[in-house]
Parts: sequence; structure tokens; C-alpha cells
Amino acid sequence: MAHIIVVTSGKGGVGKTTSSAAIATGLALKGHKTVVIDFDIGLRNLDLIMGCERRVVYDFVNVINGEANLNQALIKDKRCENLHILPASQTRDKDALTKEGVGKVLDDLADAGFEYIICDSPAGIETGAMMALYFADTAIVTTNPEVSSVRDSDRILGMLQSKSRRAEQNLEPIREYLLLTRYSPTRVKTGEMLSVGDVEEILAIKLLGVIPESQAVLKASNAGVPVILDKESDAGQAYEDTVSRLLGEELPLRFVTEEKKGFLKRIFGS
Amino acid sequence: MSLLDYFRSNKKPATAVTAKERLQIIVAHQRSERGAPDYFPQMKQEIIEVIRKYVAIEEDQVSVQLDQNDDNLSVLELNVTLPEKG
Ligand SMILES: Nc1ncnc2c1ncn2[C@@H]1O[C@H](COP(=O)(O)OP(=O)(O)OP(=O)(O)O)[C@@H](O)[C@H]1O
Ligand SMILES: [Mg+2]
Repeated sequence: MAHIIVVTSGKGGVGKTTSSAAIATGLALKGHKTVVIDFDIGLRNLDLIMGCERRVVYDFVNVINGEANLNQALIKDKRCENLHILPASQTRDKDALTKEGVGKVLDDLADAGFEYIICDSPAGIETGAMMALYFADTAIVTTNPEVSSVRDSDRILGMLQSKSRRAEQNLEPIREYLLLTRYSPTRVKTGEMLSVGDVEEILAIKLLGVIPESQAVLKASNAGVPVILDKESDAGQAYEDTVSRLLGEELPLRFVTEEKKGFLKRIFGS
Repeated sequence: MSLLDYFRSNKKPATAVTAKERLQIIVAHQRSERGAPDYFPQMKQEIIEVIRKYVAIEEDQVSVQLDQNDDNLSVLELNVTLPEKG
């Protein structure tokens, strides 16, 4: 049976697409047949982050409307055998997504043998975001250590618990995970930024990973290569750990304390 | 703690502490209204208006909470902090 994972947040620009691309790639690298779907209808981005923008012919909405079949719309990743991308439509409005339509596509993907279906949610709490989370088994609540992001994450947790298929049908609740992104240990140390512990305490859900604020992310998006493939980078390694934890491994957090500085730092301590 | 940290922490107020306190309050508030029926915000507003006819109160002096107990019992809890008599 396919496992449906939504990458969601409420607030925009916190790193959902970056994380969806990295996590989907990570799962595929570990041998799982994975598809990542862009739910941001009208504002597609995932194709750029995955580096397949020039290969988009049909999209998610075409499939829902029966204008193309799944095989025509799915883009096979060039780097990674087990990975496929289902791009969002650029032109239609988000009301093109219906529960029936989305549900049917997800069923068909499961029938096609996909083990993991990653849903990259748009920001907000409108149709697109609700459709992305509705069928989820697991939610990765992507959050920045910052007040509006944390509050919006909590609102999304409320939606997961009341507006999802699992909530409506009284099934076992969606598994909720916190993914803290754009984390800056230096600023946490100076008291300018909420710490991992602070955010965990406020949201009270299980921590899946902490992704540091990293220059590697912009480099990766410039090149259209998911940052997890930049194996030397802090963010890439942090996403690798995140994927391992998602698959049940217990790993200590990395990149949550200030990195060692040079000479001056050693003189002045810590 | 190093010398540098000492000067640093003296200069900058730890704004993260304020952020955490504010979030704890707003999140607790959000959670208390979770799962409430759609008419709830409006009802709350109207209750506040009624009280205001008699006493000057601010919005944050009223907390209205709906608790879903087991079985088919819900409890509507209304807490109003009245201003001190002056
Ligand atoms: N760990 C990080 N370090 C540095 N920059 C990051 C990090 N994660 C994300 N970003 C940057 O933040 C911006 C937003 O990221 P992204 O597009 O993944 O967010 P999003 O949540 O999908 O946004 P939207 O809500 O618009 O869909 C991008 O410019 C991205 O490069
Ligand atoms: Mg996005």
C-alpha cells in the first residue's frame, strides 16, 4: 500500500518545496518507488527545484480531467531511478482540484506500485492546501523558528486533526512530524531566534529533523538539483538524516549548535 | 560563557524569550477554539457585545471555551474578568 505524505506549513516560503524535493529524492535513493506531486496549482515550482521544467508536457490537472493519463504526465527523474514527478498546472485555477479527482489519481499511483507519494502543499489554508493534506497518512509540518510560521503550523495541525480524510472517517489520526527549517544556531545562541526545544514545546509534535539555514539551498535551486544530492553540504546531510528518521531510524540531531570558528573564537571561548 | 558572550548578551535583549511567551499564549488560545462549531466565533463576539452593554471590557478579558466531554455532552465555559471597581 502506498504511503501518502503531505509537506505542509500554512505560512508561505518556509521551505516546503525544497523539503518535498529533498525528501522524495532521499526516499527514492533508498530504493523506494516514489512520486512527488506539486499541489501549487497556478504557481508551479517543484519542476524547477527538481530540474525537470523543460520536460513538462501534461500536468496534474490534465490527469484529473482525463485529458492525459498518468503515464503521459509523470516525469521520470533523470538522476534517480525510482523517482517520478507530477507537475502542477500553470494555467488553471485551484478549484480544478476536487476530492474525487485527487483521490482517484492517488489510487492510480498506488496501483502503479508507488510506495511513497509526497504531496508538496501550497501555502495557505485554501483548496490547494486542503486537497494536499486531505488524503495524508503522514504530515511533515515545515516550520521556520519564527512567530508567524509557528502559529500557522499550529493552525495546520488543527486542520489535519479535523479536515482530513482520517479525521472525517474516524480512522487512526495522521502522523504529525515537525520539520524545522532555516535554523540558525548562532542566532539561537544570541537569543534572537527560537530554539528547536522552544518550537517542539509549543507545537508538541515529534521532531523529524532540523535543516540549517544554508547557502547550499540556493545553489541547489539555481542548478535544479535537490539539495539532498549535495552530499557535502550541511542542509543535504540534514535532509538525509530526516529521511532516515522518516523510515524509522533513530539519529541524533546535527547542525543545531554553532559551528566551530577559527582563531578568534578559540581565544574568546566557547 | 566567554567574555564575548557576556558583552553580547548584555547588549541584546533575548527577543526569542518574548517570542516563545507570545506563542504559548496564542497557541493555547487557538487550540481551545479547535473543533468548535462554525458559529462559534460569531457567538463569542455577540456574548462580548452583550457584556459590554453593562461593563467596559476588552476582548482579552473574556474567554469562551467549548469542551467536548465524553458521551454527547459539551460544556460551554465562559470566563469574564471584570475590571476592578474604581
Ligand atoms: N534551509 C534553507 N536555507 C536557506 N534558504 C532556504 C532554506 N530552505 C528554503 N530556503 C529558501 O527559501 C525560499 C522558499 O523556499 P521554498 O520554495 O522551498 O518554500 P515553500 O514553502 O515551498 O514556498 P511556497 O509557500 O511559496 O510554496 C527559497 O528561496 C529557498 O531557496
Ligand atoms: Mg512551494
